[in-house]
Amino acid sequence: MKYSPLDYLGSAAGVRAQAILPLTWFTLLISIAVCVIIAVLLWVAVRRARPQDNSLEMRSIPLQRGDNGIRWISIGLMISAVPLAATLVWTMVTLAAIAGPPAHPGLTLDITARQWWWEVQYNSAHPSDDFATANEIHIPIGVPVLVRLHGGDVIHSFWVPKLSGKTDVIPGQTNLSWMQAERPGRYLGQCSEYCGYQHAHMQFEVVAESQADFDKWQILQRQPAPPPVTPEQTRGLALVEYRCGLCHRVAGTQAGAISAPDLTHVMSRRTLAAGTLPNNPGNLVGWIQNPQNIKPGNLMPNQFLSARQLSDALAYLESLK
Amino acid sequence: MRQLDFRTPLIGVDSVDHEARLLRLWTTSPGLKGFFTSVDHKQIGIRYIVTAFIFLALGGIEALVMRLQLAGPNLSLLTPAQYNQLFSTHGMTMIFLYAAPVLSGFSNYLWPLLLGSRDMAFPRLNALGYWIYLASGIFLYTGFLTGNGPNDGWFNYVPYASRDYNPGLNEDFYALGMVFLGISTTVGAANFIVTAFRTRAPGMSINRLPILVWGTLTASVANLIVVPAVSLAFFLLWMDRQFGTHFFDPAGGGQPLLWQHLFWIFGHPWVYAIVLPAMGMVSDGLPVFCRRPLVGYSLVALSTVATMILGFGVWVHHMFATGLPGLGLSFFSGASIVIVLPSAVAVFAWLATIRLGRPVITTAFLFFSSMILLFVIGGVSGFMTASVPVDWQLTDTYFVVAHLHYVLIGINVFPVVGATYFWFPKMTGRMLNERLGRWNFWTMFLGFNLAFLPMHLTGLLGMPRRVYTYNDYAGWHVLNLITSIGAFVLAIGVLLFFVNVLRSLRIGAVAGSNPWDAPTLEWAVSSPPPPYNFSVIPTLATRHPLWEDRLGGGGAVSSIDHGMLLDEGKETIGTSALDGVPDMVLEMPKDSFAPLLLTLGLVAVFVGLLLKAWFAVGIGGAVVALALLSWFWPRSELREREPARG
Repeated sequence: MKYSPLDYLGSAAGVRAQAILPLTWFTLLISIAVCVIIAVLLWVAVRRARPQDNSLEMRSIPLQRGDNGIRWISIGLMISAVPLAATLVWTMVTLAAIAGPPAHPGLTLDITARQWWWEVQYNSAHPSDDFATANEIHIPIGVPVLVRLHGGDVIHSFWVPKLSGKTDVIPGQTNLSWMQAERPGRYLGQCSEYCGYQHAHMQFEVVAESQADFDKWQILQRQPAPPPVTPEQTRGLALVEYRCGLCHRVAGTQAGAISAPDLTHVMSRRTLAAGTLPNNPGNLVGWIQNPQNIKPGNLMPNQFLSARQLSDALAYLESLK
Repeated sequence: MRQLDFRTPLIGVDSVDHEARLLRLWTTSPGLKGFFTSVDHKQIGIRYIVTAFIFLALGGIEALVMRLQLAGPNLSLLTPAQYNQLFSTHGMTMIFLYAAPVLSGFSNYLWPLLLGSRDMAFPRLNALGYWIYLASGIFLYTGFLTGNGPNDGWFNYVPYASRDYNPGLNEDFYALGMVFLGISTTVGAANFIVTAFRTRAPGMSINRLPILVWGTLTASVANLIVVPAVSLAFFLLWMDRQFGTHFFDPAGGGQPLLWQHLFWIFGHPWVYAIVLPAMGMVSDGLPVFCRRPLVGYSLVALSTVATMILGFGVWVHHMFATGLPGLGLSFFSGASIVIVLPSAVAVFAWLATIRLGRPVITTAFLFFSSMILLFVIGGVSGFMTASVPVDWQLTDTYFVVAHLHYVLIGINVFPVVGATYFWFPKMTGRMLNERLGRWNFWTMFLGFNLAFLPMHLTGLLGMPRRVYTYNDYAGWHVLNLITSIGAFVLAIGVLLFFVNVLRSLRIGAVAGSNPWDAPTLEWAVSSPPPPYNFSVIPTLATRHPLWEDRLGGGGAVSSIDHGMLLDEGKETIGTSALDGVPDMVLEMPKDSFAPLLLTLGLVAVFVGLLLKAWFAVGIGGAVVALALLSWFWPRSELREREPARG
């Protein structure tokens, strides 16, 4: 059993999540303490109850007005107010520290959430250096990354629990989020606003790496797709341009649509279909032929390719590293 | 003729002749005619309760099917489309068709008895509220049963609810059904408010109201203010879907966030509206089994009102992640933390009542006292989500699912089941079985906590809400399996409750008028109460009329057997809002077909709107007009008269 990659109670790897973690523990421990104290008080009070005979002759038990008991309420309120005030102050301090986007981000990403995948746009000073990828976000460590969130269709929510809390992605407005990874690693992200059939399968990965590794990755991603080499790849390219190109883009070819994930470097990514499957040739073939079985309701139709078409397409796609 | 308008009601004691006259005036005619025309608050109350429990059972079955799908990772018992309709319908059912109506049912049944009145202020409006609730419930479920149930959660966020992404009739059923149901909630709330301020027994000043009345009154005021927001939102959504308006459509300059504000400005006060009356049940029921008055009556009453006032200022804590500015968030965060305090007042008052009393353990006591712990668990998890940064992690995970079930089951279902054990003898004349009651309680308590306590951890381990399946990440599988098992144990507990009710209806021990030796007015009349409730109108001198001889202190004595007779017509007494001074004899309407007719007209209107069958809308509108005409037709016997003054 591996650890849950979405857990936000055990550890944090980003500046924002690290600021939230101790506050989460603080409120959690207070909450548990309150429950235990109240449970004990309740138990002590109820334990004095008289053994109940079945006659239910309540009338025989004398009434009493007794102590008016207001002390209980006033003392209880005074004690309750202390952790509440502490939480309030800590909340405001943390909010002030992590709410605003960084003034000088080291990297700015435009992320568009769509049913049910994530489009990631890397911008640079030279438009020719812009590129897009999907469901896998590479960032350098130690650098604040500004994330501009755009709604592609319905509302989604951007969440990488190890790095940062949630920010909704709402059509018609651009929400800002940011993250700063402190340790290299792969951090799982998940859509966390209900968005329809495949809300469950709308994941992404943030790959935090050293600046050098990031730069290397970025240079690779800026390259257009390599030209086909073998005859299979050549036929595969024609098929991809003709069939896949209606929705997908492969830079450097005639496949230029942008309503589905960019495939230019599809084989450099670790998963398929927004975290649904590990990315390997077998899964890729299964996904192309029958995506509706794997991820029912998603927007990619089943392809019904012949065995030969499929192996051609696969030969070409496998070259897109 | 003028002096006819002034009359001093006769004062006297009960007699055989007097009772016979009252029976003739107040009894609903037998058979179907009586069923369709009754305006008796007790019959209407029981109908509300029975209908709400049927919806509870339906919503529970939906939950069990979902728990089967989620019992293990990557199961495929349900398709995503089926799962989405199930979780949306489950939420709609429990929140709108069970939690609020069941409390309306208890309040409808109990209020006039608690207040020393012969009926609610507007008996026909009361009947209308029930019929519309039933009709809109059937309307909404017609959608579900024809595969057109809501599929965007009970919160129904746009744009997913818009026609572009949701082309079927699902959202039209939901939008129109909610507008329809809103009429029921609104007329019910208006009726409760006027009843509380107008039809109390003489001497029942506002500081002698049972806490249940405070709870329902507060909830009703809130409903009257916030239900229009959600009715409007659903109406605008329907306009967007069917007529191409752009209230929520960003492409046309609309705002998806507008929906969220309109929905939650309703939704959060609504949460309090479905727990405050239930907290009132505990505040009134618990002291009976502790053999002493509630500790801090005034503070508990005031905290009820304070909770609601603060409750109007916390709705944005459902929207902490929507990108609103930090300064705005900090206000709502603060308000959401502060709202813990009035709730704490109630908790400490209940604890002190048990500690300073002489508790007697009955099934009702078990439900009421365990609710205190469940309330605290649901409260502290709510407190955690009130802290904005923490909520950025918690929100939309299973932590929130655990939280809201502690609130809704812990603070609504547990008190309601306890209240049934407590008041069932009054409603039926028979006791619920205590031995079966213990099984019922422990199965529900253990099953509930088994299902929902580990779910907090499921959320903290990152499992998102509203997913139809999940991967086998650490801990998720085991925790979900435990939750599924707990859900079935809880369901068995609820089943035992239904069994106990059905069984005790026939063979339960005979209750007598006051089996618990309770202090309030409803226990002064026979079980079940006669159609006119009180043969003479009681006059109150204290908060505990049936205990005052034994509690000692003060010499004030309420008058239960001696009071205004009011047997010349279908009458009850109207009193002033704060002090409960009698100032008018209220003439009550007789049984009437008008509420049912009006409801049937509205059904035709809403079905017509759904199918865009405009002729049906026209016919329905004509029926509504006809029903209103008959409703408001002047009747000489309804002319109000004031008693002579001085």
